[in-house]
Amino acid sequence: MSKRIRALMQKEFIHIIRDPRSLAIIFLLPILMVLLYGYAINFDIRDIKIAVLDQDQSSTSRSLAEYLTSSGYFLVSSNIMDRDEIEDLFLDRRVQAVLIIPPGFSKQNQRDSADGVQIIIDGSNANTATVAINYLRLALLQYSTSQNLNAAGISIPFQIEPRIWYNPDLKSTHFIVPGLISIILMMVCAMLTSVTIARERETGTMEQIFISPIRPIEIIVGKLFPYVGIALLDAAGVLLFSYLIFNVPFRGSILLFFALTVVFIYASLSIGLLISTKAKTQQVAMLMSMVATILPSILLSGFIYAIASIPRVLQLISYIVPAKYFLIIDRGIILKGIGFSLLVEPTLFLFIFGSLLLLISLKNFKTRLEG
Amino acid sequence: MSNEIVISDLVKKFGDNSAVDHLSLHVNSGELYGLIGPDGAGKTTTLRLLCGLLVPDQGSCRIAGYDVKNDIRQVRSMIGYMPQRFSLYPDLTVAENLRFFADLFNVPKGEREKRLQRLAQFSRLDPFMNRRASQLSGGMKQKLALSCTLIHTPRVLLLDEPTTGVDPLSRQEFWQILKDLQSQGVTLLVTTPYMDEAAKCDHIALIHCGKMLVQKPSKDISSLFPRQMFEVYTQDPVRSAHFMRKHQEFASVQIFGDRLHVSSDISIEPFESAAREVLSQEGIPVHSIKKITPSIEDIFVELLR
Repeated sequence: MSKRIRALMQKEFIHIIRDPRSLAIIFLLPILMVLLYGYAINFDIRDIKIAVLDQDQSSTSRSLAEYLTSSGYFLVSSNIMDRDEIEDLFLDRRVQAVLIIPPGFSKQNQRDSADGVQIIIDGSNANTATVAINYLRLALLQYSTSQNLNAAGISIPFQIEPRIWYNPDLKSTHFIVPGLISIILMMVCAMLTSVTIARERETGTMEQIFISPIRPIEIIVGKLFPYVGIALLDAAGVLLFSYLIFNVPFRGSILLFFALTVVFIYASLSIGLLISTKAKTQQVAMLMSMVATILPSILLSGFIYAIASIPRVLQLISYIVPAKYFLIIDRGIILKGIGFSLLVEPTLFLFIFGSLLLLISLKNFKTRLEG
Repeated sequence: MSNEIVISDLVKKFGDNSAVDHLSLHVNSGELYGLIGPDGAGKTTTLRLLCGLLVPDQGSCRIAGYDVKNDIRQVRSMIGYMPQRFSLYPDLTVAENLRFFADLFNVPKGEREKRLQRLAQFSRLDPFMNRRASQLSGGMKQKLALSCTLIHTPRVLLLDEPTTGVDPLSRQEFWQILKDLQSQGVTLLVTTPYMDEAAKCDHIALIHCGKMLVQKPSKDISSLFPRQMFEVYTQDPVRSAHFMRKHQEFASVQIFGDRLHVSSDISIEPFESAAREVLSQEGIPVHSIKKITPSIEDIFVELLR
């Protein structure tokens, strides 16, 4: 390694350890994000309060309500007599869902027809509503199956009419926290690096570096290499955190995980570099990396929202979001324990994506002030 | 004497605006050359073209016999360039800044600490080696920037307004350092908007809007001024200037602070009586009138007329 590269790396290291903001982004933010996403974005819901409007008033209808309560997911907090009461319950936020059992419900087993059980859900919180719907659907299905078993041979006796469309996936900490690694790496690799290069441009120190006999590639390696180490450190930290605090299992090969993480880091650094060739100031770099990397990594990667459930145009964009491919790798190794043979495709994409961007950046990264 | 810096027919445009407009000049080896001009004259662009940070639209630059465009790496190992803005790392200490630039310019390890010590003494920064650059005063920052520029012992130094924003005492000290460097054989090209600093150069070029107005040894510069220059000190310089400009015998009237600089073809006695007559008619008390040597500023104004 040339002395010039080493000098740049040493200097970058000093910048980082003397800048409280960088330190916070590198060390505090990942911890904060893991805790926040781990605890706050929790789609597992217990004790969903529901009201029951039992128009049947039979032993069968009562046993359905009891069945729901016994699952532990639902709490029947009130029994109402009239549909008009529903809105007040929702407005007061006393319940999140209302189960309506129609008259003649108990006789359906014989009649095999007509009025189904209805669920009305407070959709003001779409996430909770979706989860509630899924739980209710599942619970009702289980109930009806058990009833059918009793009355062997009879088809499912009632249908559910959910009122809310939504993303059918249920997600939990096990899914979210490992996914966070991609966001944090994007932040460290794309945002911090584009900002650190933009800072040198903004303050004029890049002019001083350009004037030395240094080559562009040496500047790039010297400026970016420290962040590879930091990114790996962050990835290891998040893994450790998710294992210790959220009991997220690690089923695959750690070695493979870090090897492929390096490929993702490579792609992220290339984005940061490309941004830095365009951004003249730190603010612009920060903004560009926010819009170009962090937002898509959160929204268009399948990190929280399943790609299948986002609009078609955004789905197309998601194909060029590196985080999408890293999430396949990351969740595949951590949660499913799959090997490299199943991850060749996303790895190859990340490598080609990174190399392409690096080439474009190198073309644009002149040791001059303008072209 | 060999030409250390040669600029021939240099043109640099930013959009439709010519920052440097067919500029040619040459600097002899070991010379202290001043590039003088107001803000926006094209001084910074010229220096950036010289060290290859910008590419000219036309013309060429040669430094120590190397073409800036084709032999950029040779050129860069020989030149030191100090940009106008303080552009060192504020979060690094004085010593760390110096070491970084030493490594960047391939100063051998064994040589590095020796040069650090020598430069620290030379620039009188040695008591502050472990101080962060952000904690230095304006003058000390400029000295540190100069020291970083000197760490690879360049034979040509390009300094862009090195004393702008520096207090007068530090300015004097800084120029003494530049003189010391010159005596060690370094060729210096310095830009400055300060006319008084131009007099400290061996040779000066006045540029305006990217064009060369004149270049001459600085001692000959006053010969460019075709008339006599008088300083008129009155109670009300603004009104005085207004009335004096109405009279043909005063070729130019410029306000410099609370004084007027008036040029004229006539000698001091008729000038004084003419001036006093005009001003007493308007009831403006006159404190003094005397003949002065035209400053570079006066010459500049005269040339631009």
